[in-house]
Amino acid sequence: MPEHLMCELSVPGRVGFQYPESDVPAAQLPEDMLRDDLPLPELAEIDVVRYFTRLSQLNHSVDTGFYPLGSCTMKYNPKINEETARIQGFANLHPLQPIETSQGALALMYHLQMWLNEIGGFAGTSLQPAAGAHGELTGVLIIRAYHRSRGDTKRNKILIPDSAHGTNPATSAMSGLQVIELRSDDRGNVDLDALREHCDDTLAGLMLTNPNTLGLFDENVEEVNRLVHEAGGLIYGDGANMNALLGIIRPGDIGFDVLHYNLHKTFSTPHGGGGPGSGPVSVTEQLVDFLPDPVVDIIEPGDEESGVPPLYGLVAPNKTIGRVKAFQGHFGMFVRAYTYIRMHGAEGLRKVSENAVLNANYLLAKLRDTYHIPYDRVCMHEFVAEGRWAEAPDIHALDVAKRLMDFNFHPPTNYFPLIVHESLMIEPTETESKETLDAFAKTLIQIAEEAHSDPELLKSAPHTTPFGRLDEVKAAKELVLCCVPEYARG
Amino acid sequence: MNIPADLKYSENDEWIRIEGNTGTVGITDFAQDQLSDVVFVEIIAEQDEELNQGDACATVESVKAAADVYLPVGGTITEINEDLLDTPELVNTDPYGEAWMVKIELSDPSQADGLLDADAYQKHCEVRLA
Amino acid sequence: MFTPHTKADQDAMLTTIGIDRIEDLFQYLPAEYRFPDLNLPPALTEIEVLTELQDIAWANDTTRELVSFLGAGAYNHYSPAVVDAILRRGEFYTAYTPYQPEISQGTLQAIFEYQSMIAGLTGMDVCNASHYDGATAVAEAVNMAYHNFRGKRPKVILSPGVHPHYRETVRTYTRDSEVTLVGDQGEVEVDAGPEELIPLIDDTTGLVVVAYPDFFGRIFDYSELAEAVHEAGALLSISVNPIALGLLKAPGEFGADIVTGEGQSLGIPLSYGGPYLGLFATRQKYVRKMAGRLAGETVDNRGQRAYVLTLTAREQHIRRDRATSNICTNQGLLALAATVYLSLLGRHGLRQVSELCYHKAHYAADQISGIKGYELWSDQTFFNEFLVRCPRSAQEIYDHLLEHNLIAGYPVGKDYPGFENHLLIAVTEMNTKEDIDWLVAGLEEVLNA
Repeated sequence: MPEHLMCELSVPGRVGFQYPESDVPAAQLPEDMLRDDLPLPELAEIDVVRYFTRLSQLNHSVDTGFYPLGSCTMKYNPKINEETARIQGFANLHPLQPIETSQGALALMYHLQMWLNEIGGFAGTSLQPAAGAHGELTGVLIIRAYHRSRGDTKRNKILIPDSAHGTNPATSAMSGLQVIELRSDDRGNVDLDALREHCDDTLAGLMLTNPNTLGLFDENVEEVNRLVHEAGGLIYGDGANMNALLGIIRPGDIGFDVLHYNLHKTFSTPHGGGGPGSGPVSVTEQLVDFLPDPVVDIIEPGDEESGVPPLYGLVAPNKTIGRVKAFQGHFGMFVRAYTYIRMHGAEGLRKVSENAVLNANYLLAKLRDTYHIPYDRVCMHEFVAEGRWAEAPDIHALDVAKRLMDFNFHPPTNYFPLIVHESLMIEPTETESKETLDAFAKTLIQIAEEAHSDPELLKSAPHTTPFGRLDEVKAAKELVLCCVPEYARG
Repeated sequence: MNIPADLKYSENDEWIRIEGNTGTVGITDFAQDQLSDVVFVEIIAEQDEELNQGDACATVESVKAAADVYLPVGGTITEINEDLLDTPELVNTDPYGEAWMVKIELSDPSQADGLLDADAYQKHCEVRLA
Repeated sequence: MFTPHTKADQDAMLTTIGIDRIEDLFQYLPAEYRFPDLNLPPALTEIEVLTELQDIAWANDTTRELVSFLGAGAYNHYSPAVVDAILRRGEFYTAYTPYQPEISQGTLQAIFEYQSMIAGLTGMDVCNASHYDGATAVAEAVNMAYHNFRGKRPKVILSPGVHPHYRETVRTYTRDSEVTLVGDQGEVEVDAGPEELIPLIDDTTGLVVVAYPDFFGRIFDYSELAEAVHEAGALLSISVNPIALGLLKAPGEFGADIVTGEGQSLGIPLSYGGPYLGLFATRQKYVRKMAGRLAGETVDNRGQRAYVLTLTAREQHIRRDRATSNICTNQGLLALAATVYLSLLGRHGLRQVSELCYHKAHYAADQISGIKGYELWSDQTFFNEFLVRCPRSAQEIYDHLLEHNLIAGYPVGKDYPGFENHLLIAVTEMNTKEDIDWLVAGLEEVLNA
């Protein structure tokens, strides 16, 4: 059932929130600058609470069901994170307060920087980038600044495998680099011959997602990194898939120069219906000076013996690329990620990745006979299947996806990566039980049968959800992007 | 798939009809089918603008894809199809007719020699459908 | 804890996979680097971690323990209980981008409401589902204008009154591009009003960026600037504090082409700088030039009104290196917070809080300018923040008052050389008359200290 919009529920004169009377004498309002209308609804508190609560119930979420959306790492978000992030001493702290009054927040950021260095095998970290794509931009700007600082100005070319997330080429183009797409070989690795062709003195770097978006660890990664370094380029690591690598391997150890993390994927901060993300960037020693302004550092050492803690401060790295946003970054997400790492320790983090990879391989084993797996080898934390069968020519991956909703499963990512036809990219994450995985596999096998026996059932799916398939063409053509309420029409 | 014999084609799925020194450009039936429902067409090229072979002259958007349209042969823009702004669906219903995008005065007609004929284009499409 | 498997589960799964040990799953990884010993502190339980974090937080003194007049782009407002109650619904915060609209109508309809309210508040036609923050929203405006003119108008004029962090962010974003930034490099005085920016506009100018209120709290009517900008064929972008729009004319009325803003003041906690909310609204004719997600109205196959992400062909996952921006996420949960906040306050509440800020700030300004030695830097109309010229170093005054648990404002000297004696003071509905009187007494006393 569709819900009314607030502009339709509004009743003139209704009030939802009352402020205290002013305790100061009224000042003269600037008559010529005042607005004469304020197009906002008039609702009571209960109207607002019911409206948004009912809306929430129209969503699928991790808390209500399995969410194997590939490359998004929809793991369970521990409830304690939400408590710690809301501790008064964090929630009400102003970002420009003097450091003497924000030592707790700075200490937390300092430790998180250190832990991310340790987990990825790097020398320095900036927590400032707001999301994965923002981390990519930061990383690519660092790479450009590094080459420029060496007077190496002709490096204007960046290599990106054809399996990469769309943000990689978009980021590079935004940073003024020429994007060259690298094909994958038949095992899903970067094609070394294609790579060699481009390894010259115009190469700024390579953006590599590893494991890649097929869920495969690139078997050539050390050779890839060696070739790029030999040509004078740097390796950018897209850390979207770090959930496979915690305590398993450190990107810094195998030749990556820059890496962004997605705290909202790997470190359990909530996805929030599309954000906020948080995309810290870690770099090797030679790039530390280029990190965005500011990073947290110790500006006066403490004394452990007498129990005096160090004094933490915000510092601009020597050759910083500058700010990438206002203030220090998504601090609320730092508290959540800190909580998560602190509750796991080294051993716990390794178990996270082991179980994430176990779950993916388990599902892969169960589905291999029913769904074609184009690059079929041991996968990491996710894998890509094809949602098509020669004997069911009308059925597309999209139909499989929509039918899954009838069983309270969120569909896998579809139509990505682009190098697989009719792809279904499945990432179960470590927080799902064997029972859930079994039920999901059973459902997918049943859907494959239906695809052959009753294709219409898939084409017309979903059936049991509150809404059926939407008319996307109408939305794009008519472009109704705002409610135009009665009260705004005047 | 409709591939008229009297047109020339680019590998990027544009067609051009050459009449004397004038060329009319659009995108092919194959291209519109791959895009699915076209919801928006923007002609980037401006009247009287001189463009080289391979320069973008328009953008076509469907709900699932976006494609830039490149001039298969260089020339000066003599006419643009304003109707497509309001009725982008013409690209789906009549790609070789009402959905032409720009007309040009060819700067170097010999550039057309490098384009595909209908047979070659047919093969180019089949390879990609396999 | 967060991984449900028992040993028996794992064994059964390994058998299905056909391997003996979990380690076998990692045989393709370079052996010499496999399974590093991470030097991390040992794991804590929930009870222990909560204690540790409470201890860490204890080392902070917040706006609730101190009396604070600190603003400068982030403001201490009250967020009604309803806002967090809704944000805490797992159906909202544990969902992701609504790629599957059939099971994401909650998020989609909330985004549509957000777009409607922000468009209405700013007086613009369309609004996207948000950018990261007020700074990156300006950077995206620059990016949009650059692409709108296909690189032919690379000059961007930044008013010195735009937040220093925003201008710095734009510089970082554009360092490797053709865009040139002028206006805040001494071409005009720091106190320049809109009319002083007009001479900088020429036929290579693509965008002029101003703030409303500006960093110093001042409010200007930008109508004439908009006319001049449009006459030159360029675009005007106005960066706003949305709370001010409860009282003041919408920037759309001035003729803005793009309105950006920092939405933090709409019910979002200060949280030491983020996550916040980047507002971005524009005119209908630029809708396809705008980066970021958009929810649009349509119907489903049962004839029900419903919402879906639309115009996605502009975005990076389809256009890849031809996309105008790499943005992927929005600030979904913060946009929801702002939507709930605006719904609850409604037209009366927003006006009320806006007026409270205005009156209290003006009371404070009156009182402070009455102290011998202090004066207001500008006689321009202001909203809830104002710059005070102090009789001596603003930093010294600030440090002294901090010892008395008072954050007297923001000393702007580090952002504006030559302004070492200037203090930027913000007042919100959270500051009582008593607080203000205490600030005034403190500012007076400090001269005798």
